[in-house]
Amino acid sequence: MRVPYGWMADYCDPGLLPRDLAERMAMTGTEVERVVTLGPPSAEGFVIGKVLDVVKHPDADRLNVCQVDTGDAGSADGGRTIVCGAPNVAAGQTVVVALPGAVMPGGMKIKQAKLRGVESNGMICSDRELELGEDHNGILVLEDGPAAGTPAAGVLPLAEPVLELEVTPNRTDCFGIYGVAREAHAISGAPLAPAPWDGGPIGPGVGSESGDLERLGDPAGAVKTADRARVLVRDEELCPRFTARGYAEVKVGPSPRWLRSRLIAAGMRPISNVVDITNYVMWLTGQPMHAYDLDLVPEGELVIRRAENGEKVAALDGNDYELTDRMVAVADRNGLAGIGGMMGGSVSEVSDSTTTVLMEAANWNGPNILRTSRDLGLRSEASSRFEKQLHPDLTLRAQAVAARLMVEVCGATPMTGIVDIAAPVPAAEPIWLRAGRVERILGLAIDTDRQARALEMLGFGVQRDGKDLLVSVPPDRHYDVTREIDLVEEVGRISDLDRNLPATLPSGPGRPGGLSRQQVLQRRAEDSLRESGFDEMVGWSFTDPNEKDRLRLDPEDPRAGAVRLANPLSEEQSLMRTTLLGSVLGAAQRNLSRGADRVALFESGRVYLPAAAFGPGPLGGDFPGNTRPPFNEPQHLCGLAVGSVDPSTWRGEASGADFFALKGVLEHLAGSLGTAVSVERIPGAPTQPFLHPGKSGVVRVDERPIGWIGEIHPLVAAEYDLDCAVAFEIALADLLQASPVGEEAYRDFTPFPPVDRDLAVLVAEEMPASSVLAAVRDSGGELLASVSVFDVYSGEGVGEGEKSLALRLRFRAPDRTLSDEEIEPIWSGIIAALEEIGGKLRG
Amino acid sequence: MVERIEQIEAEAKAAIEAASSATDIEEARVRYLGRKAELTGILRGISDLPPEQRGPVGSTGNKVRKALEGLIEAKVDSIRHAELEKSLAGDRIDVTLPGSPARRVGHLHPITRTRRMIEDVMVGLGYQVMEGPEVEHDYYNFTALNHPEGHPARMLQDTFYVEDEQHVEQVLLRTHTSPMQVRAMEAAPPPLFMIVPGKTYRRDSDATHSPMFHQVEGLAVGEGITLADLKGTLLAMLREIFGPDREIRMRPHFFPFTEPSVEFDVSCFRCGGSGSLDDGSRCGLCKGIGWIELGGAGMVDPNVFGFVADSGYDPDSVTGFAFGFGVERIAMLRHGVGDLRLFFDNDMRMLEQFS
Ligand SMILES: [Zn+2]
Repeated sequence: MRVPYGWMADYCDPGLLPRDLAERMAMTGTEVERVVTLGPPSAEGFVIGKVLDVVKHPDADRLNVCQVDTGDAGSADGGRTIVCGAPNVAAGQTVVVALPGAVMPGGMKIKQAKLRGVESNGMICSDRELELGEDHNGILVLEDGPAAGTPAAGVLPLAEPVLELEVTPNRTDCFGIYGVAREAHAISGAPLAPAPWDGGPIGPGVGSESGDLERLGDPAGAVKTADRARVLVRDEELCPRFTARGYAEVKVGPSPRWLRSRLIAAGMRPISNVVDITNYVMWLTGQPMHAYDLDLVPEGELVIRRAENGEKVAALDGNDYELTDRMVAVADRNGLAGIGGMMGGSVSEVSDSTTTVLMEAANWNGPNILRTSRDLGLRSEASSRFEKQLHPDLTLRAQAVAARLMVEVCGATPMTGIVDIAAPVPAAEPIWLRAGRVERILGLAIDTDRQARALEMLGFGVQRDGKDLLVSVPPDRHYDVTREIDLVEEVGRISDLDRNLPATLPSGPGRPGGLSRQQVLQRRAEDSLRESGFDEMVGWSFTDPNEKDRLRLDPEDPRAGAVRLANPLSEEQSLMRTTLLGSVLGAAQRNLSRGADRVALFESGRVYLPAAAFGPGPLGGDFPGNTRPPFNEPQHLCGLAVGSVDPSTWRGEASGADFFALKGVLEHLAGSLGTAVSVERIPGAPTQPFLHPGKSGVVRVDERPIGWIGEIHPLVAAEYDLDCAVAFEIALADLLQASPVGEEAYRDFTPFPPVDRDLAVLVAEEMPASSVLAAVRDSGGELLASVSVFDVYSGEGVGEGEKSLALRLRFRAPDRTLSDEEIEPIWSGIIAALEEIGGKLRG
Repeated sequence: MVERIEQIEAEAKAAIEAASSATDIEEARVRYLGRKAELTGILRGISDLPPEQRGPVGSTGNKVRKALEGLIEAKVDSIRHAELEKSLAGDRIDVTLPGSPARRVGHLHPITRTRRMIEDVMVGLGYQVMEGPEVEHDYYNFTALNHPEGHPARMLQDTFYVEDEQHVEQVLLRTHTSPMQVRAMEAAPPPLFMIVPGKTYRRDSDATHSPMFHQVEGLAVGEGITLADLKGTLLAMLREIFGPDREIRMRPHFFPFTEPSVEFDVSCFRCGGSGSLDDGSRCGLCKGIGWIELGGAGMVDPNVFGFVADSGYDPDSVTGFAFGFGVERIAMLRHGVGDLRLFFDNDMRMLEQFS
C-alpha cells in the first residue's frame, strides 16, 4: 500500500519526518518497506513562472527563447531568459521553472548554460520531468492563479514522500489512506480530521460546501437510481451487499491535476475522471468500486449470481476469463458483465462517449474471492482487498465519497437514492476488556486511562465500568478485533512496548529440559561418522521421478515413490525421497565433477514412506498428537565413499575405500553406540537392485534387518559418473533401539587367565565366515569366551572351490584356571560341529 | 696405617672422579677394591696388627671401602645415563612428518552445528526437544493454528500439497514447525516447554528463499507466562548465540496463531547496533539499521488453546508464548554465508570449512 505523505496529511499530519514516521509505524505493527521520494529529491529551486514572451531560437529550429517572470531578481528586467524545446510553450502560460541549482529527479543539477549561443537560466519543466505524470507532449501548463515566484511545492506535490506499507492481512483498514491516517493519529497524538465520508476533506479540488449529500442526491425531479438500474443478488453468501448509484450528464475526460498526481503517487495510472474516481475512492476508503456505462447495460439490469461452468467474460484488462460455478459474476441480459470482486467486464466499460454512469460499491465473500483469484491467476487491487474480507458497511462510505467527486470532477447529476441490497450482518457485540487482563498477557501494567485513550485514538468506542472497559468495534476492524485478547494487542502495540516491556523469564513450574536418549544417541551416531572422516551433507527432500530408474528400483518397489506433490516447483522436485542414496550419489557426482579427487559423505535425514505399517517416529516411538501423520518418516543414515577415506601418507599409498573399509565405518558407528551390527547375505532373498550382487549384504542388528551395505552396482555408478563407490544406508531408530548406552549393567570380570587355541578349517568358498563362527559359538558352550577369524586363505595347498579360515578361540572360566582336560571335550564338540557344516580341519 | 688408608681414599676418589667411561671405572674398582687391592690387603691382614691398632684400622678401612663402593656405583650410573643419552640423541626421527595412519577429520554440516547449538541453549533454559512430521495434515498446519479455510493468511505461505486419496483432509508439506505446537499440547498437559527443530517447505525459490529450509519452533505454556517472558527468553537465547552484548527488539506484527504477535530483531553484532562501522561507513550486515530481523513470535492465541482444550489448556488459566525462526538465517549470519542455496549444494569445499 503506497501512502503519499501529503494525501495522508489531509487527515492527520503527525509532524514527523517520513523516515521517523516509518520507524514509529514499524514499531506499532505496520511494516514500512521503504520511503521513496517522488519527483526531485528536494523542492528547492522549483518556482512558478509566467511566460512573458516566446521567440524562435535564431540558430535552432526546435528551440524557443523564452522570457519568464520568476518573481525574483533574475527576472526583474523583462524576464529570465530560458531556452525551451517544448512545442507547446506560449506566452501567457503559468509554468514550473527549475532555477539554476535545482536538482531534477535522477540527480541532474540545473546550471546556467549556453544553448546554441543563447544563455539559458533555468528550465521549464514537463510533467514527466517532475515525475508528476506520463504526459510527454510538452511542458506542464498550470491554470492561472499562483503568482510568479511562488514555490512550486505549494501548488504541486514536488518531492512527495511516499510510504510503502506492508500491511498485514488482518488490517484491512490500512488499505485506505484514511485508515493509515488514523494509525498515524494513534501513534503520534496529532489531531485527526473527520473521515471523508463524514464531512472531512476529500481532495484539494473538492470544496467542503459540496458536503450536503442528501441535497446533492435529491434534486427536485431527478431520476431515481432504482428506475434506471435493476439489481438482483441471487447469492447473498458470495455477495453480502451490493450498492449502486446512478449519475446522469457525466462529462468524461481527463481528471484534474491534483487527482491525477495523487493516483500517480499512489502507483496507479490515471485513465479518465470516472475511472480515476473509483480508484481514488478505493485508495482513500479501502472500498473498491466499479463504474458501468449504464447505457451499455441493457435495461439497466444486473444480476449477481454464480457463474456457470465454462462461462466466459471479456474483462477490462483485455483478457477473456473462463469461470466456474464456484465463482461469482455480474451478469447483464446478454451475458457476463464482470467477475465479482475481481474485475469489471469490457462490455459496459466507461469510455469518452459515456454520459450515464452506474457506480458500484459491493461487498464480496473473502474466501471465495481468494479462491477465485488463485484459480484464475488474476489479482487486482480490488481482489487483494476483498479477499481479506471487508465489512459490508464500507460500501456506503465509498458511495458517499464518490458522489461528491462525481459532482465536482465530472459535473455529473446524481440520481436519487442508492440501490442497496444487503444481507443482514450480525451486529458486533461490544467486548469487555477486564482490569488486569493487559498486564496478565503482556507482563506490563498499563493504567486504565491509557488503555482507554489508546483504543479511542484507534477508532474504538470505549465505555468505562470501574476498571473494566466495554469496547465497541468500528466496521473497518470488525473481522480483526473480535475478542478481549485482540484489544490487549491493540493496547499493547500503541504503548511503546519496545521501550517499556521488561525482559523476564517464566517463573512458574516447568519440567527439566533436555534431549531425549534417542536424540543424544543420534548425535553420537552422526559424530561417529564425522570421526570416520565423512563430511555431513543435507540433501533435498525432493527428488525426481527418474531417480527410481537410475537406482534400478522395480516400479512395484515401495521406494519407487510414496509421496507425490500436487504442485511441485518442477518435475525434478515432484516426489519426496524414499532413500537417501540418490541425494548422496548426486552430491558425490557434483563434487567429483568439480575436481574433488575423493568423496566421503554422509547424510542423516528422513525418508518418506507409505504409512501402511504406521510405525515409529523418526527415532522410534510415535509422533505426539491425536492424529497419526499421513506418512511414515523414519530417520536414515547413509554413507558413501569414492576413493580413499583416509589420505595417502609418506608411509604408503592409501587404498581406495572398498566394501570392508565401509563395513569398518559401519562397525565403528555401531560400536560407538555400544552395539554391533552383522552383515549377511540372506539365501534366496533378492539383493538391492542398486548394489553389486556379489559385494553387498543386509545389515542386521540383533537378527533384525536395519539396512544395506555394498558396492554400488556399476550401472548405477555410471548413471552418476562414478567409477566405483561403496555405500550403506540404515534406519537409525532400529540401531538406537539396540543400543545399551546408559543402560549397561556391570558384570564382574574374572581374574583367571584365558586359554587361547587356534585352528584352521577348510570350507567351501561360498560358505560365509559368519556361519563358521556361528557353528563354533553354538558348540563352544559357556566356557568359549570369543572366537574370531584371523586369516582367510585360498590358493596353493587348498583345494579348488575351498578356502581356509584360521580361527582364534579363547576359553575362560570365571572361577578357575582352565585345564587342558576341561577344554578337550569342548574342543572335540567344536570340531564335530565344524565337520557337520562341511568343514575339514587342516594340519 | 690409618693415615695410609686415608691416603688410599684420596687417591681412589680422584681416580673415580676422573673416570669417563665404563672401562675407566672398572679399572678403578679393581685397583682400589679388587682382591689384590692395597685396602683389601690391609683389611685382610687386620688380625696381624697389634690389638690397640685393630679397632681404628678396621673401622676406618671399612668406612672408606663402603664410601668408595658408593662412589663407584654412583659414577657407573652417571656414566651409563650419559652413554644412553648420547645414543638416544643420535636416534632421530622427523617429527614434522604426518601421523600414521593419517586420519581424515570429517565435518558436520553447518545447519546441524547451528541446530545443535540452538538446541543446547534452549535445553539449558529448560526446554525439551521434540520432532514432528514434515508431511502433515492440513488440520495441524493451518486449521488448528487458527487459519480457517479461505483465510488470507494461508496465502502468506505458498504451500506444497501432496497428491493423496487416502486421507479426508488435505495433506501437505508443513510450511512451518508450528504444527508441533498442537501435537505437543494434545500429547501432554501444561506446563509445556519445548522446541521443535526441523525441515519446513514453501513453494518459493531464489537467493533468499529455498523451497526447503529449517526452522526452530519454541513453545512455552503454563500459568502466568507473559509477553515479557517471551522477550526475556528470546533475549537469553540470542545472547548465547550472538554474544552477551546483544539487545532484542520486538515489533508488533500479525500471525493467525499468536495474539499479540511480534517480529523480533537482534541488535547487529558487527556494528554493535549503531548501523555504522568504526570507519564511519554503513554496516553492510544490518544495512545501516542496527537491527537484524530474525523471526516471529507472540502469545499463543486463545483459539489455538481451544483446539487442545481437552488436554487441559484453558485460556483462562494458562497463557503461553511461541516463537519461530530460520536455522539457515542464523548460520548465514554467524558464518557469513551469502547465498542460502550453498547449504544444499553440499560442495565439500564449503562443508569442510566448518568444524
Ligand atoms: Zn550492523
